[in-house]
Amino acid sequence: MKNLLSAGQLSGAQAVEILDIAEGMADVNDREIKKLPTLRGKTVVNLFFEDSTRTRISFELAEKRLSADVINFTAKGSSVSKGESLKDTAQTLEAMGADAVVIRHSASGAANVLANSGWINGSIINAGDGTHEHPTQALLDAYTMRKRIHGSASMGKTLEGVKVAIVGDILHSRVARSNLLLLNTLGADVHFVAPPTLLPSDSSNFDAKLHYSLDEMLLKEQPDVVMMLRIQTERMNASFFPTEREYARYWGFNAQRLGQLKKSAILMHPGPMNRGLEIDAVSADSAQSTVLEQVANGVSVRMAVLYTLLSGERNANAS
Amino acid sequence: MPAKSIKENYVLKNVMLADGSSADIQVVGDKISAIGSGLEAERQIDCSGLVALPGFVDLHTHLREPGFEQSETVLTGTQSAALGGFTAVHAMANTMPVADTAGVVEQVAALGTEAGYADVYPIGAVTVGLEGKQLAELGAMANSKAQVKVFSDDGKCVYDPVIMRRALEYVKTFGGVIAQHAQEPRLTDGAQMNEGAVSAELGLTGWPAVAEESIIARDVLLAEHVDSRLHICHLSTAGSVEIIRWAKARGIKVTAEVTPHHLLLTDELARTYDSVYKVNPPLRTQKDVEALRAGLIDGTIDIIATDHAPHPIEAKDCEWNAAAFGMLGLEIAASVAQEVLIESGKSSWTRLAEVLSKNPAAIAGDLEQGQELKAGAVANIVLIDPTTKRKVVADSASKSKNSPYVGLELPGAVRHTIYRGYFTVEDSKLAEVGNN
Ligand SMILES: [Zn+2]
Repeated sequence: MKNLLSAGQLSGAQAVEILDIAEGMADVNDREIKKLPTLRGKTVVNLFFEDSTRTRISFELAEKRLSADVINFTAKGSSVSKGESLKDTAQTLEAMGADAVVIRHSASGAANVLANSGWINGSIINAGDGTHEHPTQALLDAYTMRKRIHGSASMGKTLEGVKVAIVGDILHSRVARSNLLLLNTLGADVHFVAPPTLLPSDSSNFDAKLHYSLDEMLLKEQPDVVMMLRIQTERMNASFFPTEREYARYWGFNAQRLGQLKKSAILMHPGPMNRGLEIDAVSADSAQSTVLEQVANGVSVRMAVLYTLLSGERNANAS
Repeated sequence: MPAKSIKENYVLKNVMLADGSSADIQVVGDKISAIGSGLEAERQIDCSGLVALPGFVDLHTHLREPGFEQSETVLTGTQSAALGGFTAVHAMANTMPVADTAGVVEQVAALGTEAGYADVYPIGAVTVGLEGKQLAELGAMANSKAQVKVFSDDGKCVYDPVIMRRALEYVKTFGGVIAQHAQEPRLTDGAQMNEGAVSAELGLTGWPAVAEESIIARDVLLAEHVDSRLHICHLSTAGSVEIIRWAKARGIKVTAEVTPHHLLLTDELARTYDSVYKVNPPLRTQKDVEALRAGLIDGTIDIIATDHAPHPIEAKDCEWNAAAFGMLGLEIAASVAQEVLIESGKSSWTRLAEVLSKNPAAIAGDLEQGQELKAGAVANIVLIDPTTKRKVVADSASKSKNSPYVGLELPGAVRHTIYRGYFTVEDSKLAEVGNN
């Protein structure tokens, strides 16, 4: 495997292997000296065309813990806004000898374009492309679910039979798309919950059950995992729903809905949260919430991805 | 027209006509002087195995000049047209400056005459600057030396229903026609590809079929109400075909075109995120492709028009959202038409000649184009080798390279194009013509 562009490219075995490697990385992260020499001498560029301090910091920490040389390249604006073009930037990074580029871009498919363009030879890791995919988020979410469900016996496990409800702005969510693909690969049962305005008009290629009502879904499906998606501010005044209050009433997670969850169920959010909109404080800070674990697991999973793509001896006979 | 044609006197031996019969065609000067058997002249060109059709007429070409000469010029665009078997093109108005005055349309027409590869008929803008707010000087363009009869804001929809109504009414003064780019702007804000199952997966903003169909429905009703002639550009959806079929059955004076790419390609290609497949209206689904093909065969759709839209490399060598809409089409249209009408076994060369020559000339009122091949007609002739299979290559007379067909195998090849008596393409190669 040279690139990680889509959660859908991973086979079940590959996904489980990355999650297992992440278990090992988590042990490193618990040590006093949180550092491995694995990527010494390798240059990793974090190429962010879109602000996302959280994701960048998570990758940066992962890269540094693997002893890579890290360059942060924040390109203001894309060629859409007549800023620096993707091509020029990629060619510059190639000239600098980047071994891997972690790219975040507002355009769907930007990571695919970079990987297929011939502009750059290094590995490409998609850190979120428009409303398309965010595969490392899906991996860290899967890792988090597996850890909560199987604890110290997680190694080698899939998510067979786990019922996951993803709630909110499915239409514009790269987190939802990547999770859908990876969760299906790992054997989970995926449910999407959203107002019809925030679902694609044709979801027939989505291997998920669709629900409009969050309460009905909770009652009927008794999910093992509920994942709340962030509502972006630009949706709020575009008539996707009448008001934030109404959205919170029907599709927000709150203490009352928390009470309907199975005791063993977990509540996830990729962050950053709009507290009081898609999730209330009681739920976000409850014992069932995994929000902070997701952040910590993100570093381990990204270390595992970098290790899988970049450690030389493994690449020799990889696909 | 270039003086060269006066000297022409030759016979095309053993062509196959659209009806399947065999004949010789004699050309003297810029006219067909005789069609029959055993015709003789000093110069004889063996055309055994070649189908002879009236020169093709493209009702929808973006020649880009003036203003975007890095993409295409009238010369390179008409050279590309000639290679595709065209003897006339209609140049869309979205140039810089916009073709919304007599001065600009006369300039474009003059560039076409100077180039000498095809008749260049400028299309005039419907509204000033294509802004959809105020009618352009339609009468001045119609009465200019360019004699504009077709008006379009193509690239943009004439969205305001009152402006559309007035335009439809006003062009009746001089027998003009409005060619509508049907796209409801609010429903397509930021749209990147067909809205459907594939756009849902790819996370690209959808361009829903209803945005096209709702405008077509509105405009056929407007055309009926004011009893005017309406032409719909680049039909792309099954629903649009249904609406046109209904409108024609009702007696509404509407004509419709389909592009080669909408007859062949689908939105599945967007999965590559290769923006060579980005076009407006977007590539649709297989179901739409099939409905468009059926509509072309049964006469609901009147013509194939290329919407040849050249773009420089930098406009496509980028992420999908940032890329320009549009693709080349002039050099591939005849092969796609052959694939859909002939190879399918569902139609005929006669129909192919209608949709690529006779009908577009009739819609635009081009009196010296689209004529039946017969004695006395202007010698606009294309000769096609129907048996060749060709793998499409990037090489083209166009200044641009944005062809979505590269690598596909398509039937047929244009061997010769004869424009007003002289060869613009001979043995599939551009000929030196006119003042160049
Ligand atoms: Zn158009």
